[in-house]
Amino acid sequence: MKRLSLLALLALILSLALVACGGGATTETPVEEAVATEASTEEEAPAEEEAATEEAPAEEEAPAEEEAAGSMECTDAMGCVTVAPGDPIVIASALVISGPNIELGTDSQRGIEIAISMRPEVLGHPVELQAEDDGCSAEGGQAAGTKIVANPQVVGIIGTSCSGAGVPLSAIMSDAGYLMISPSNTSPALTDPEQAWKPGYFRTAHNDLIQGAAMATFAFEELGLTKAAAIHDGDPYTEGLASAFYDAFIALGGEGVGFEAEAADATNVEPLLTSIAAAEPEFLFYPVFQPLAPLLTNTAKTVTGLENTVLAAADGVFSPSFIEATPGTSEGMYLSGPDLSFDNAFYSEEFVPMYQEMFGSEPTNVYHAHAFDATNILLNAVESVAQQGEDGTLIIGRQALRDAVAATSGYEGVTGTLTCSEFGDCADARIAVSKVENGEFVPQWSNAE
Amino acid sequence: MTLSQRLRDIDWIDVWLWVFRVVIILGVVIGITRKLFFGAGTTYDSSDWIDFFISGLSQGGLYALIALGYTMVYGVLFMINFAHGEFFMSGAMASTYLIASTLAASGFINEQPILYLVLVTVAAVLTSMGVSLLTERIAYRPLRRAPRLVPLITAIGASFFWQYIFRGLFGSAVKAFPVPTILEGRVNVFGLDFLKVRLIVIIVSILALIGLYLFVQKTKTGKSIRAVAEDKDVAALMGIDVDRAIATTFAIGAMMAGIAAVLWGLVFKQVIFSMGFVPGIKAFTAAVLGGIGSIPGAALGGFFLGVIEAVGPPLILEGLGAPGAHQLKDVTAFLLLVLVLIFRPQGIIGERLAEKKA
Repeated sequence: MKRLSLLALLALILSLALVACGGGATTETPVEEAVATEASTEEEAPAEEEAATEEAPAEEEAPAEEEAAGSMECTDAMGCVTVAPGDPIVIASALVISGPNIELGTDSQRGIEIAISMRPEVLGHPVELQAEDDGCSAEGGQAAGTKIVANPQVVGIIGTSCSGAGVPLSAIMSDAGYLMISPSNTSPALTDPEQAWKPGYFRTAHNDLIQGAAMATFAFEELGLTKAAAIHDGDPYTEGLASAFYDAFIALGGEGVGFEAEAADATNVEPLLTSIAAAEPEFLFYPVFQPLAPLLTNTAKTVTGLENTVLAAADGVFSPSFIEATPGTSEGMYLSGPDLSFDNAFYSEEFVPMYQEMFGSEPTNVYHAHAFDATNILLNAVESVAQQGEDGTLIIGRQALRDAVAATSGYEGVTGTLTCSEFGDCADARIAVSKVENGEFVPQWSNAE
Repeated sequence: MTLSQRLRDIDWIDVWLWVFRVVIILGVVIGITRKLFFGAGTTYDSSDWIDFFISGLSQGGLYALIALGYTMVYGVLFMINFAHGEFFMSGAMASTYLIASTLAASGFINEQPILYLVLVTVAAVLTSMGVSLLTERIAYRPLRRAPRLVPLITAIGASFFWQYIFRGLFGSAVKAFPVPTILEGRVNVFGLDFLKVRLIVIIVSILALIGLYLFVQKTKTGKSIRAVAEDKDVAALMGIDVDRAIATTFAIGAMMAGIAAVLWGLVFKQVIFSMGFVPGIKAFTAAVLGGIGSIPGAALGGFFLGVIEAVGPPLILEGLGAPGAHQLKDVTAFLLLVLVLIFRPQGIIGERLAEKKA
């Protein structure tokens, strides 16, 4: 009897495995096909390409397609997005819109929504947003990326929120021929061709080499502190920023007394802080997310040896929810992030009032303007490369779109004058350091001065 | 016997296990030696070591309180209740959102700190018990006669269920747990410098553990639980209400989890809906380490795990030159678990289980 049930269980597991494999196989086929068509379009005659792109749109639109195709054809090496008359231009977002870091993602998503509401039509087509969740994790980025590239109508992606999600997502979108502009990825790895950079990746957020250096300059020159330690949690963003800070601090002439790591879901951080306290740092920088950042903040002041150490974190927790989670303990702490004291009047007189009107709150994080600029750069690129048929059909080449975004130079956005580097760093990076005073972020210093 | 015969008789798994044991023990010895006698890594003075130890001990007290739920339920049902971490979370979340933040906002927290702690604890314990009894009644009891894998999978499902219920109820943000100001700062006992909350955690957890042990050993209800753990059918023949004894077991485990939830809040000053998972896994580990099914075992396992997690990275890993040693505290803890289980498969003080229990 026992053996029989064991056999049955084995059979069940085997059949489950089979189903899983089968499912995997069926989902893989379209990708393989897509790759095959891509390969053929690259190698073979233009006549082939025409056929390949005409296969893409849904059957019902086929007649209109043929008509339009008389005057237009897709000559793009990466393939094209065809937008039928009356159909929307779809842009996707992949931001953290669930979990403890939700404010970071929703704030950026609101920036996108404001950009779309100011620009509801592009070349006579409405603009539509397909919002996905990057989960602020590698798995989340993987899932969101797979979902987005399954939709052939998406012209480009605004995202991700977190660099950890950006690494897998940029690989997926790059292979599929898409492009992404992140409003808040700041890990140096993402625009470093030696590390995680992929063609088609752009960002309007600063590179953390700049933020790390700014924090180091602030600690060493403004505060006059000479011994610093840093903590990260192994995520590309936190590790990148912590080491950028640490290296810059040592380069300025300061002494680095500890570079430690802690698990993002750690509970008892007291031993870690005790270890760090033994090296007597004057400045402790931990650019991590919630819940680790509030946990470190709440614990640090109770550890012997850290009572007078200046604490600092970064843009990952530059949100009211961080202050709510650390009542009193975050007082006097420094946080770095993008400088929002923009020179233009547009931000304070139009953008922020619109934000308040549409969403009923003050901006909840610091990357809404970056998302706004990213959306506009994407839509500008669509405008400049789309071939427009007489009936309103648009054919948008994917490689042309990437080239157009990469060619962005001297673009006057909300966040400054944006120019894209060869590897996708487009930001006009200005970093400000704020201090928590009476539960508010009070700007102290900026590297722009 | 010739040499070739002897070679054939060697069980290669045993050889591998011996190599594994030797490597781990060598690693531990080399790490400690290099740290203590050759000054590898940061230099710590004795007060730092005491801080590591106390921090680990109080963390261990929390693990021990949660581990009791695992071990008691295993004792009576031979089932790993993976939802137990969520019983702990539910107590912490509900008491913080419903009671603690309200009392903190009104200033009551610093006027009547003792009453405040009592109210918060009552709220946490009642929520944990309620959640636990509901889970037992709805998800586990109907499956009592089912094969053992079925309630295990159900428990994992229940864990997700409660986690997302509480996320739906209270949101996904990190919420501050208000701590009365009299509990802040340090206190000197027997020449040792304790954080007040850490000392409270150690004392309360030891008291709760002793109380529970006496309850199970000395009271009639405790006796019925032990009888059910021994043999359900015979216990029923003796006139013991088996369902009632099992429900009591769940309720007591959850009560300990509720107490742990408040202590957790006092130490870490924050709660979040996902907070039950990691402590749940750690407490389960502690229960196995001590010998699952045994109450003193769970207590010992909890303290042992907490101390190893706190002292292990600076003592062993830094000595071995590992970068970011504290990030690897789980590695230290689980390696030691493996080591203990290789030498004592039944856990530190667990009894060898009879065939049907194992």
